[in-house]
Amino acid sequence: MEPILEVSNLSKNFGGLAAVSNINMTINKGELVGLIGPNGAGKTTFFNLLTGVYEPSEGLIELTIDGKKKQIGGLKPYKITSLGLARTFQNIRLFKSMTVLENVKLAMHKNAGYGVASALLRTPKFYNAERWIEEKACEYLQEVGLYRKRFEKATNLPYGEQRRLEIARALATDPVILFLDEPAAGMNPQETDELTKLIYHLRDKYNLTVVLIEHDMSLVMTLCERIFVLNYGQMIASGTPEEIKNNEFVIKAYLGEEI
Amino acid sequence: MAKQLYTRTNMIWTAIVLSIFAVLTLLMQTGMINSYYESTLFTICVNIILAVSLNLIVGICGQFSLGHAGFMAIGAYVAGIVTRYIPTYGGLFIGILLGFVISAIAAIIVSVPTLRLRGDYLAIATLGFSEIIRICIQNMKITNGAAGLTGIPQLTTWPILFLAVVISIIICTNFVRSVPGRAAIAINDDEIAAEAMGINTTKYKVIAFVIGAILASLAGSLFANYFYVLNPNQFTFNKSIDILVIVVFGGMGSMSASVLAAIVLGILNMYLQQFTDIRMIIYGATLILMMIFRPQGILGTWEFSVDRLLNKMKRKKEAV
Repeated sequence: MEPILEVSNLSKNFGGLAAVSNINMTINKGELVGLIGPNGAGKTTFFNLLTGVYEPSEGLIELTIDGKKKQIGGLKPYKITSLGLARTFQNIRLFKSMTVLENVKLAMHKNAGYGVASALLRTPKFYNAERWIEEKACEYLQEVGLYRKRFEKATNLPYGEQRRLEIARALATDPVILFLDEPAAGMNPQETDELTKLIYHLRDKYNLTVVLIEHDMSLVMTLCERIFVLNYGQMIASGTPEEIKNNEFVIKAYLGEEI
Repeated sequence: MAKQLYTRTNMIWTAIVLSIFAVLTLLMQTGMINSYYESTLFTICVNIILAVSLNLIVGICGQFSLGHAGFMAIGAYVAGIVTRYIPTYGGLFIGILLGFVISAIAAIIVSVPTLRLRGDYLAIATLGFSEIIRICIQNMKITNGAAGLTGIPQLTTWPILFLAVVISIIICTNFVRSVPGRAAIAINDDEIAAEAMGINTTKYKVIAFVIGAILASLAGSLFANYFYVLNPNQFTFNKSIDILVIVVFGGMGSMSASVLAAIVLGILNMYLQQFTDIRMIIYGATLILMMIFRPQGILGTWEFSVDRLLNKMKRKKEAV
């Protein structure tokens, strides 16, 4: 098992509030990792630190690509994405004026390989790159089962399909680690089931490491190989689903304790 | 490349453009369009270039700029000064190119710090910038200050202007349907998501802003060499608003809408010239009614497309 992402002593303070404090975490290549915790525990803040939306107050985030370690804490989000971290959003953020296909095409931006001059003059390079982008985008849409809806406006899709489109869009940025922020929120049990299969499939096909935040415990327990539990910005437990289920701190955080 | 260039769509577009050009040229030569109508036609053409280029910044990229008159002023004065020394088509060409360079530099200088701002703040910053340009022009010797520049040779001929309009529209539509254009639209839709998808938002905002500024400068150069008199007061805040009105009236984000709105408002303005007293009242009332009953503009985000038209005709034929 080789580590791909190492987080050490990561903290984020908003004024006097420590939203995330002193988190240490190692994620290995190819793992399916879950991040759980009660509401307001700092899970999304932690995601935002990893993907560059926030700058860490303290601590390091190190990404290992091709055997080389790189500190990514505090980099701009677009730089982090180009290094291979892609994400979805808890409150869906699709591009509303675009079609399903255009949403995916947009994310393939970094490998487009032509500049503004080619775009304005419509050089052969432009046509070749656009053809490649179109084919590849359709391929990603087939993966998540949205190919037939590719010409629809993204916001006209039902909720579950919008979530799947967000996954396709994140996939199109050609990531090594995929961060999913509550991918099953608002889905019915059948959709959640399909989502579980989809995540397994994508991980194997694209050699991904997947980190997900989720409240749906059945999804987390069946899908994740390792789980980290946050509460009040601190990591209170980590381990396999079995270990987490029986951990007294976790039970206390979720259910409270007898007085 | 040839295969992609000679598609049916491009052929039809070429035919449409050439026939518009032929009809207008014929009307001008037979005197159906007299010199009064001609100046309206030229104003409309200049306004089309200004509107599509501002639409690129405001409608496509979502950056609310009130500084378009400033870039137009740069193009107008640079070409005006150059052609006064070299009164040939070559001089006009040099003037236009020099205008491009100066307006691009000015656009980069103003956009790198200000495009971090959003909404109202950006509008005020760009407004301030265009006023700075105007005040500079008013106080410089080479521009002849507040008295204005006169004696600019009338080098903007109908074919040159028409070609410039066509090129501007092609540049704007090509930009929209490309990787940088999609990036600009994404920034308009959701800046946080765009950045998370690997888009350097500042870079694409600057690119859209610079392309818009260069085209505005082109419009200014052609304007100067048709109306042969320039005065700093032609490029006040009001001019920026006039251009913005065209964009909003047509529909933000649609290039065909900007073209249509420039034509409609240009003709409306021409007919209202007869009623000098109530001209601005009618003009203003039209805009207010428009905003009440159709706030998205004449066409909204709808774009004229030959491809779609052909598909529709094909389907109709099959149905018959």
